[in-house]
Amino acid sequence: MTHCPECEAEITVRDLMVGEVIFCPDCSAELEVLRLEPPTLALAPEIEEDWGE
Amino acid sequence: MSDLIRLAILTSRIRVEEKLLIEALRRRTITFDIIDDGELLLDLSRPDERWRAYDAVLCRSISQSRGLAVLHVLESCGVQVYNTAAVTAMCNDKLLTTLALLRAGIPTPRTLLAFDPQVTIQGIEMLGYPVVLKPLAGSWGRLLARINDRDAAEAVLEHQETLGSYQHHVHYVQEHIAKPQRDIRAFVVGDRTICAIYRTSEHWVTNTARGAIATHCPITPELDDLCIRAAQAVGGGILAIDVLEDPQRGFLVNEINATMEFRNSIAPTGVNIPDEMLDYILAGVREEAVR
Repeated sequence: MTHCPECEAEITVRDLMVGEVIFCPDCSAELEVLRLEPPTLALAPEIEEDWGE
Repeated sequence: MSDLIRLAILTSRIRVEEKLLIEALRRRTITFDIIDDGELLLDLSRPDERWRAYDAVLCRSISQSRGLAVLHVLESCGVQVYNTAAVTAMCNDKLLTTLALLRAGIPTPRTLLAFDPQVTIQGIEMLGYPVVLKPLAGSWGRLLARINDRDAAEAVLEHQETLGSYQHHVHYVQEHIAKPQRDIRAFVVGDRTICAIYRTSEHWVTNTARGAIATHCPITPELDDLCIRAAQAVGGGILAIDVLEDPQRGFLVNEINATMEFRNSIAPTGVNIPDEMLDYILAGVREEAVR
């Protein structure tokens, strides 16, 4: 269990990988999984101009 | 032999595609590491020995500039990479892609390049409205502009000149193709077109990242031949070829992607794209091992 860094909603980090992006169920903020132990989330970075395929 | 092979996947973030590749690697019990490009510190004169532990590195960085830089560094210290730096550099740059397609005689939309806004407008009016303005680098349909008239041309060019970085001061102008509310994305792995989808949208931009719907597209001999030749034109590898259907001229190759997304293409085609990618990489590793 951890908290959304934007709205502090409780979020369960389960079956996720470091580097995955999830959405906060309360505020819909885009969150990046930084660590699994302890579970740590951060606001995901904004899309950069060079991102893509 | 699979237990002897060790791979690395270079990532910026873990998308559906990376998870599918990881699942495929686990099913085959292939040893692998996930390497976050943000954590890398590359000493160019003293390459980290850990890279030599990998038989191959698959670049899946979402950042095209980071991914390409790492590919250059790894190649220079003898690590086998997918796709190669040269192929990735060509596909990341629309100008280089277009030139490669033209050199290979592959049909592609007519394209002009200009630097001065007034000269660019002359070029646009030579092609005739509408035209499409694109940044040389960019993906997911970002910053594409369909220019329907001179007012729009002047406005977009002023925005590019004023708000854009120097890269946006190189104006890549493409004729607009009256495609049938869809384009084709074909996946080429090595010397095979493994599957293709139609990307259908009411919007003129038909990227699935922008909401286009993916459906199965049959691979005709003509499409297969065109896509394989297009892949070869940029150096080959694991590539997604974007093809437009021109009502008069038929297929035109529009762009080629070197770090393709494929999450929406597995279900409609029934082709296990990550497995095909791994088959190709493992074959390359084995080929290198017997040299």
